[in-house]
Amino acid sequence: MHMADALLSPAVGATFWAGTLGTIAYCSKKLKENPDEKLIPLMGVLGAFIFAAQMINFTVPGTGSSGHLGGGMILAIILGPYAAFIVMASVLTVQAFFFADGGLLALGCNIWNLGIYPCFIAYPLIYKPLTQSGSTPKKLAIAALISCVVALQLGAFSVVLETFLSGRSELAFSTFVILMQPIHLGIGLVEGFVTAGVINFVKAARPEILESVTSARPLSADISIKNVFAGLLVVALLTGGMLSWFASADPDGLEWSIEKAFGRPELDEEEVGMAPVLKKIQKKTAFLPDYNFKTDNQESDKDKKTWPSAEAGTSVSGILGSLMVLSLIILIGIVIRIFRKNKT
Amino acid sequence: MRFDNAYFNLGYLDTLSYKNTFIHRLDPRTKLSATVLFIVTVVSFPKYEVKGLFPFFLFPVLLFSLGDIPVRFIVKKVLLVSFFAFFIGIFNPVLDRQPMQIFYGATVSGGWVSFVSIMLKFFLTITSALLLIATTSFPGICRALRKFCVPDIFISQLLFLYRYIFVLAEETMKVVRARDMRSFGNKGKGMTAFTGIIGTLFLRTVERAERIYQAMLSRGFSGKLHAVKPFCFKATDAAFLAIVFAVLYLFRMHDIVGIVGRFSSRIF
Repeated sequence: MHMADALLSPAVGATFWAGTLGTIAYCSKKLKENPDEKLIPLMGVLGAFIFAAQMINFTVPGTGSSGHLGGGMILAIILGPYAAFIVMASVLTVQAFFFADGGLLALGCNIWNLGIYPCFIAYPLIYKPLTQSGSTPKKLAIAALISCVVALQLGAFSVVLETFLSGRSELAFSTFVILMQPIHLGIGLVEGFVTAGVINFVKAARPEILESVTSARPLSADISIKNVFAGLLVVALLTGGMLSWFASADPDGLEWSIEKAFGRPELDEEEVGMAPVLKKIQKKTAFLPDYNFKTDNQESDKDKKTWPSAEAGTSVSGILGSLMVLSLIILIGIVIRIFRKNKT
Repeated sequence: MRFDNAYFNLGYLDTLSYKNTFIHRLDPRTKLSATVLFIVTVVSFPKYEVKGLFPFFLFPVLLFSLGDIPVRFIVKKVLLVSFFAFFIGIFNPVLDRQPMQIFYGATVSGGWVSFVSIMLKFFLTITSALLLIATTSFPGICRALRKFCVPDIFISQLLFLYRYIFVLAEETMKVVRARDMRSFGNKGKGMTAFTGIIGTLFLRTVERAERIYQAMLSRGFSGKLHAVKPFCFKATDAAFLAIVFAVLYLFRMHDIVGIVGRFSSRIF
């Protein structure tokens, strides 16, 4: 499942973007260290391959529903983690742009959820050790199955964590976890079977592809894992720090946000560090002060007293204002359309 | 026929980006930064904000009309992918029953308010991302990213991927058609056939990559892709970006809907 912009807060989105961009930069550096020109077209075309393969549906046995491929694990096995991460990131970027899967802010999270776990956790920690000592088709299949399941479980858990940290959804953390993990256990199993099938197919038909690609890029496993964990730690700290910065304004997030609902000026105590500065600028740039700030202050005082029965005057002007703004916007659009049509 | 649909949609979005309007002529960097700014501003609204989001519809409407983009096509695409946000958001009305707003006797719970807020944000952010690609070609966005210091390898990866999506999608379409003709209902569309298809497709892809590499070598490839089209950040771009920034700031910091409402209630 793809994370969506609407469920994210800017702090969480930006943190995961930072982690993702850092990993992309790290992978590019790693790939540049032992450059293999042949890899560039291979990565590009394999990205297109994953993209196309994701569009093919197949029937999931037992359920009658249809599934499709994720592909992160196949890429990691064939290309090694660094190149695979770059390819996965590019596939998700194109999907975010063309199929609007999630959105641009959530893209950082999506690359993280679907790229980091297969490439830097499941591949080096599970698949690699399991297939090290000779690889029969059965061994390969088991390794692929386990690593796909683990990667998808971690990815699903990440989605839950991101949603929870952003605080836009009302779902309790535990409920969401119980909802997401079993679904993704099924998806992971299917993905694992397909991955195992494809890897064994390729191994039978052209074994040299697998051997040449994986042996050409020996994974300095210990280093990368250390770095990954360091990265995870940094992200955790950053998220924690940013969240506390946002949250410390109010002890009880829920009540505080309810109070700030309809009919009141937004942004009062939301950003503690920035708020005073912003308020100053806001006051300086305030236009139509008669319609805006004076009345707002009075109304918000009244609101506090009469809440929750919101003051009638505010909600009337709120509805009227919303209708006016929306119809004005639509009108602008129509006028421009007509104007353009007449011109051509 | 989902596959064909997805493929043709991809191509259609691509052709839209070759139009020649004011919006299309702007520098990709301008549009990319404006879009990112817009998305962050929209998402930064707190959970229960609804009316503060309305003024932001001005941006997609302006882009639709100035960029001459078919509204129905984009909206259909947005609705198609709204599943996840809807699925997660719909729990809000169930779980959050705190009474919040009273419209002439009808009580609305906080959950519904935050659900509407999520869906509005979803619509705004996804539409703006699609509009970005419809008014700026994908290679244009890649060039902008390169100027923003995104690693070269990732950029060439994106450009390569984009170039070969169309080639491989056509090949895949043939394979899928062949499978559909040989299968009956769901019989024959199982995982075994699928793995075979993917495996074959993979081998063909690798062989193609080898041919491409040889072709590139014979044309003097040395590990770097070069872009020909030069960039120019013009005065219009600066003006556009400044206006976007100012308007976003106004919409975020001031209660536009409230102002308009009070203003119009005085008139009427």
